[in-house]
Amino acid sequence: MTDLLSKFDPLIQERENLLATGVKDPFSLVMEEVLSPTVAICNGKETILLGTYNYMGMTFDDDVRAAGIKALAEFGSGTTGSRVFNGTYSLHRDCEDALREFYAMDHAMVFSTGYQANLGIISTLAGKGDYIILDTDSHASIYDGCAMGNAEIVAFRHNDVEALEKRLKRLPAEAGKLVVLEGVYSMLGDVAPLKEMVRICKENGAMVLVDEAHSMGFIGENGRGVCEAQGVIDDVDFIIGTFSKSVGTVGGFCVSNHPKFEILRLVCRPYIFTASLPPSVMATASTSIRKLMHSGNKRAHLWENSKKLHQGLRDLGFSLGTPEAQSAIIAVIMPDLEKGAMMWQALLAEGLYVNLARPPATPANMTLLRCSLCAEHTSEQVDQILGMFEAAGKAVGAI
Amino acid sequence: MANREDIMAKICELIGPFNNKGVDLTASTTFQGDLEWDSLTVMDFVAAVEDEFDIIITMNMQAEIETVGQLADAVAKLMDS
Repeated sequence: MTDLLSKFDPLIQERENLLATGVKDPFSLVMEEVLSPTVAICNGKETILLGTYNYMGMTFDDDVRAAGIKALAEFGSGTTGSRVFNGTYSLHRDCEDALREFYAMDHAMVFSTGYQANLGIISTLAGKGDYIILDTDSHASIYDGCAMGNAEIVAFRHNDVEALEKRLKRLPAEAGKLVVLEGVYSMLGDVAPLKEMVRICKENGAMVLVDEAHSMGFIGENGRGVCEAQGVIDDVDFIIGTFSKSVGTVGGFCVSNHPKFEILRLVCRPYIFTASLPPSVMATASTSIRKLMHSGNKRAHLWENSKKLHQGLRDLGFSLGTPEAQSAIIAVIMPDLEKGAMMWQALLAEGLYVNLARPPATPANMTLLRCSLCAEHTSEQVDQILGMFEAAGKAVGAI
Repeated sequence: MANREDIMAKICELIGPFNNKGVDLTASTTFQGDLEWDSLTVMDFVAAVEDEFDIIITMNMQAEIETVGQLADAVAKLMDS
């Protein structure tokens, strides 16, 4: 008998080797109590959270929580059904209405997770004989959507406008083409040159899908993302987003002005063959989305936080993923996994939680300490965070 | 008409900067096994090959290419079509 799990032996060994050096397992941390969007109790210690995607701090918003509690009481704990059967409540329709209001677009389709939104939309839009052109740094959900479908997949070097153009020009003119871009790439927190890229896509007859998971709610005058900020939102055919970041719950969506959009509900397998989100999740999402339409002040404060942290870490001597703050993600580059794990643990001991990111999640085999800011972080907390980075950095010899 | 020998020579030239192990390159040299390339190095190398020959090597095609010789065959076929 062949043990199907023996293919994971090298990884099991690598983990055992790392844990034998005495570091705690970065991937088994438990949040014992969550006090606010920015503070939790981990290992019995009060810990500042700098590694969540709670960009706008909506998870503890009073109106959001009240809406959720009311929906739980009135509609029960779950729909127990797919969107195409018994799983569409008035709350699901209202959530899609909220998205249409937020984006001022004609159509919105809510999936149970952002991962499923990418899986479904990408694998369904591009079929046999079509081409999907994507950035090499794309999120796993985009790669998996490509793998799940039957289209030809062409990758181009990260954010390289010329590389995208060359590949588009080499493809058969009459073939269907979908270019998949992200507004903010989630590992380094860098922004895509959407203005140039969308123009090139249109010149070469390609449809464009932009995943604004890390920018919706925060970037752009109305929080509609990087395509809004760069003035190309009207030229983008499909926007994909998530509820698990700025919106503060779980779920995914696709919005579009395409007149034939609604048929996707009947042909998208990750929409059909799965349970719809609970009523309380729909209620919290709708409330949050509508509040995010008027959150200019919070967006401004989040930018201040991001710029302050970026500058402060640079001044301390850390190597960062972007030359300036381009989003709410600040990535600190570590020389190797061992140093990264030591630094992660030292920061946790100081009372700061960040994400330790490593291949295959990261580009170019990097080990990163990924910091993500929240609009609810106070300026004083950012000072504290810089102090903790300085102390931990010196303790492990990272600076 | 693409000359397979010329293609092979060009490919070996392009492998050069990525050949950290300094292995001898033959038609049966494997990218993952002999050259020990991770998936990201493979992507950068494939991009260089695509630009050199002005072709597209889709990810589906890449999955089928394990050796330097197979790559040369794939390039020759793409250049002829």
